[in-house]
Amino acid sequence: MLTKRIIPCLDIKNGRTVKGINFVDLRDAGDPVELAEIYARTGADELVFLDISATEERRKTLADLVLRVAEKVNIPFTVGGGISSVEDVDILLQNGADKVSINSSAVKNPQLINDLAAKFGSQCVVVAIDAKNIDGNWVVHLVGGKVPTELNLFDWAKEVEERGAGEILFTSMDNDGTKDGFANEALARLSTELNIPIIASGGAGTMQHFTDTFKEGKADAALAASVFHFKEIEIKDLKEELKTNGIPVRL
Amino acid sequence: MKIVIINYGAGNIQSIKFAIKRLGFEAVLTDNVTEILAADKVIFPGVGEASSAMSKLRASGLDALIPTLKQPVLGICLGMQLMCNASEEGNTTGLGIFNVDVVKFSNKVKVPQIGWNEISNLKTDLFNGIKENSHIYMVHSFYAPISNETIATSNYDVDYSAALQKNNFYGTQFHPEKSSEVGEQILRNFLKL
Repeated sequence: MLTKRIIPCLDIKNGRTVKGINFVDLRDAGDPVELAEIYARTGADELVFLDISATEERRKTLADLVLRVAEKVNIPFTVGGGISSVEDVDILLQNGADKVSINSSAVKNPQLINDLAAKFGSQCVVVAIDAKNIDGNWVVHLVGGKVPTELNLFDWAKEVEERGAGEILFTSMDNDGTKDGFANEALARLSTELNIPIIASGGAGTMQHFTDTFKEGKADAALAASVFHFKEIEIKDLKEELKTNGIPVRL
Repeated sequence: MKIVIINYGAGNIQSIKFAIKRLGFEAVLTDNVTEILAADKVIFPGVGEASSAMSKLRASGLDALIPTLKQPVLGICLGMQLMCNASEEGNTTGLGIFNVDVVKFSNKVKVPQIGWNEISNLKTDLFNGIKENSHIYMVHSFYAPISNETIATSNYDVDYSAALQKNNFYGTQFHPEKSSEVGEQILRNFLKL
């Protein structure tokens, strides 16, 4: 049986992890490769690296990082952040990334989804969507949730699927950072209306939240950052609990 | 041991190279016929779309070479699918090594299948030391149905072939290079064949 995936997300700036990471056993808390290896060893099913640097050299730095991760890590990983062209993706995949995640660039140029799917296959194209519930309408936002668009979450998600995305990473801006749980109602609707996997993001605080997003939110995977980085939740414990709750996981 | 990865423009070769390196070996990426023929082990990768991948193989003549190889050959993901008779993806013929036609998952399930699934009914030395129902990483929209060449099964929508074998030819639908310790053991087993 296909299992539900647990995905730690690492924010990367200039090739280094950002946000305080509370791993006492890390030699270098800022080294994404070392952190990725630990996650791979301790039960993460996949990893997401989100690059938030804004320098001229960012493309090269990210490509180098991908190569170093691929050398050491034996589970799949996705790279996102500032990817806006077929050429960007080509380098990242050649260096060993399994998937890329695009967000703003897909909104600005939806044809990019078609182009990437045609050239590299749908399986490596993740479209990330950030949305906020504004008076009952889920509005897609850009730039980390700062800039609203005209797009409705469900319409955009449908379009993204039709254009050839292989997966959707949905972050609810209302839930992100709250530790109050995932946006399960919207997630369940996405999962029902679409026929590609949905990754839940934003709001993880407790192990129960993961159970809820798999059961009520019908998510295929759940992504979180701080609860893992600060060891508030150990992935192994989380998976044991999910299993107890009847959710298929890889242990 | 000389290990080659067949180069025909299929994606994510780097992960396979690194996985082999983590096992203590070097794999060379090549489309050179002499070099492929001289190798002890041949890995036939593949990510992408079947009919365009077959066109690339035909353009380079590798489609004629691969079925004649005598050393152990491991097709991975699309590589395995191309070793079959035909694929529904782009309605293409394949290399005809495995006597089965690749078909698409129905829309009763989410397509592509992405994630960790189980492998069962494990046969041959490729799965030495691998427990039944071990988890491996799969990413695919098309599958090879169960046949008498099936050496591992999995279930998504239907029971299907997670791996195939005929003589010196092996194929895995899953990605051993991305399947953690289980995948490493399977690659190690292949290198020992």
